[in-house]
This record gives sequence, structure tokens and C-alpha cells, in this order.
Amino acid sequence: MDPKAFILGCSALAAGICTLSGLGSGLGQGIAAGKAAEAVGRQPEARGAVMSTMLIGAAVAETCSIYGLIIALILLMANPLIALL
Amino acid sequence: MDFTNKNLWVLFEWNGEPIYVTQTLLSTWVVMGVLIVLAVVVRLRISSFKGVPKGFQNVIETLVELTSNLARDNMGAELDGLGGYFFSIFGFILLSNYSGLFGLRSPTADLATTAALALMTFFMIHAVGLYKRRGKYFKDFLEPIPVLLPINLIGELSKPISLAFRLFGNMLCGVIIMGLIYGMLPIALRILLPDVLHVYFDILVGALQAYIFTVLSMTFVAQKAGTR
Repeated sequence: MDPKAFILGCSALAAGICTLSGLGSGLGQGIAAGKAAEAVGRQPEARGAVMSTMLIGAAVAETCSIYGLIIALILLMANPLIALL
Repeated sequence: MDFTNKNLWVLFEWNGEPIYVTQTLLSTWVVMGVLIVLAVVVRLRISSFKGVPKGFQNVIETLVELTSNLARDNMGAELDGLGGYFFSIFGFILLSNYSGLFGLRSPTADLATTAALALMTFFMIHAVGLYKRRGKYFKDFLEPIPVLLPINLIGELSKPISLAFRLFGNMLCGVIIMGLIYGMLPIALRILLPDVLHVYFDILVGALQAYIFTVLSMTFVAQKAGTR
């Protein structure tokens, strides 16, 4: 088998697996949004503060899935493993 | 498909190596030009501003008031002088994200731009922290126990990295998904269908990421300066 083709195929699979990192951050963002809805329901006058806190929390939770995306992009576009052949 | 930053033409040669004008550079210049023209227009009309705002003056005053309130809420009254800096950062990121709507490649979909912005925040965090806290600034690295010094240092270094990657990843994600969808659709269908996705990937995510970058920078600065 051509080793380059094997590495490229495995890299494509790995890039697909990297997108699974969206699972955790999606779950976390969903929980954060649910809790924010609860908080607004309990205290409607604090809506602005709850919204901005939730947005910042959701953005921080999103970081780990962004790291997954970056790894997937590196594997697809600037594969470092090909250079090892 | 190729989503990388393309070289357009040679700007000048440095030691025999050509320095290219890239797509990112071109759209950064366009965004900078728009912002400079806007600033000059506001400066020229500021002498005709009256006590009771009307029309154009109303818009400008609302924008300035919103940013300075945001700065005061997030950083406390001591640091609200930094609001002007964050206003310009917010305007630059917002216009950069929206430049994708006009057929340019967003400058924020390039790691170089977002890393530069994040480094500016990084130096600002430590300069303001050192200025406000003096000797206590160094003591903060030894909290809660001195053994945790390496962990604190890594935590400080990870702030600009996560800021840069968050903005870059979100914007590049939009560019790639829009590119794939334009490549998938036949030419006749490219007129109306992708507009729905442009609303999400360019307008909503663009505004949200600009807001998040600004507010997170403010929070980091206030955290290190101990004003909040």
C-alpha cells in the first residue's frame, strides 16, 4: 500500500473524530442556556445581567470544541504527519 | 477545495523573498479605510453637535454611551477610560466579520489577525495590572500557595491563545461552511438559499464574537487590575 495514501485516509478519519469534541461543549451550552432561562423566569428584572453572563460562559465552554476544529483543520490542510515519511 | 488565504500580487521584495498582498491584507485595508472615513466624518461634524441630540448625533452618542457603560459595568469606574480602546477593537472586529458579506475574506478568519488582537489584550492585561497593583501584582502569581506558580503562569499564557483561537475558529468555520454550500449548489440556486445561512454565520455569529472578544478582554483586564 502507498504509505502516503494510508496516512491521508487515517487523517481524514481523525478529522472526523475531532468534530466529536462539539458533543461536550454543545451539552454544556445547552445546560447553561437552560439554567439562564430558569434564572430569568425566577427574576425577570435581571434579564440583561443573566444574558451577558450566559453568553460569556457559553463562549468559554465553546473553546474546547474550537480546539477540536483547529486540530481537524491542521490534519486536513497542513498535515504534519506527511513530512515524517 | 481550498480555503486558505490566497496571495494576490507582490507588494515588494525583501532579501529576494517576495512579500505578497494577501486576501486578508486587502480586506484589512478596506476595513481600516471605512473606519478612518467614519472617524473623520464624525470629527468634522462634532462642531455642529448641539445640547439636544438629533439624527446623526443621536446615533454616535448612543454608540459611545453603550461602550462606556459596558466598560464601567465590566471594569469598574476606575478603568472606564479604557472604554475608547475597546470601542475601536469592537468596531474593527465587527466590520471585519461583516466584510464577508461583501465578498471579501474576513480578516478575522486568519490566525495572524486574531493573534495580533489577542496579544494586544495580553500586554494590556499585564501593563494595567502592574500599574494598578504594583508589588501585589507579583504576589498574585503565588496565590493561593507558591507551589502553584507554574500553573498560574500557564493560565496566564492560555488566555491570549484561547481568545485568538475562539475568534479565528468561529469565523473560519463560517467561511468553510459557506464555501462548501456555494460549491454544492448549482448556480441557479445560489441567489436566495444561502442568504438564510449568511444571516446566522456572518451577522449573528459576527456580532456575538465581537461582543464576546471585547467583554472577555475587559473581564481579564479587570480581574488582573483587581477593580472588580
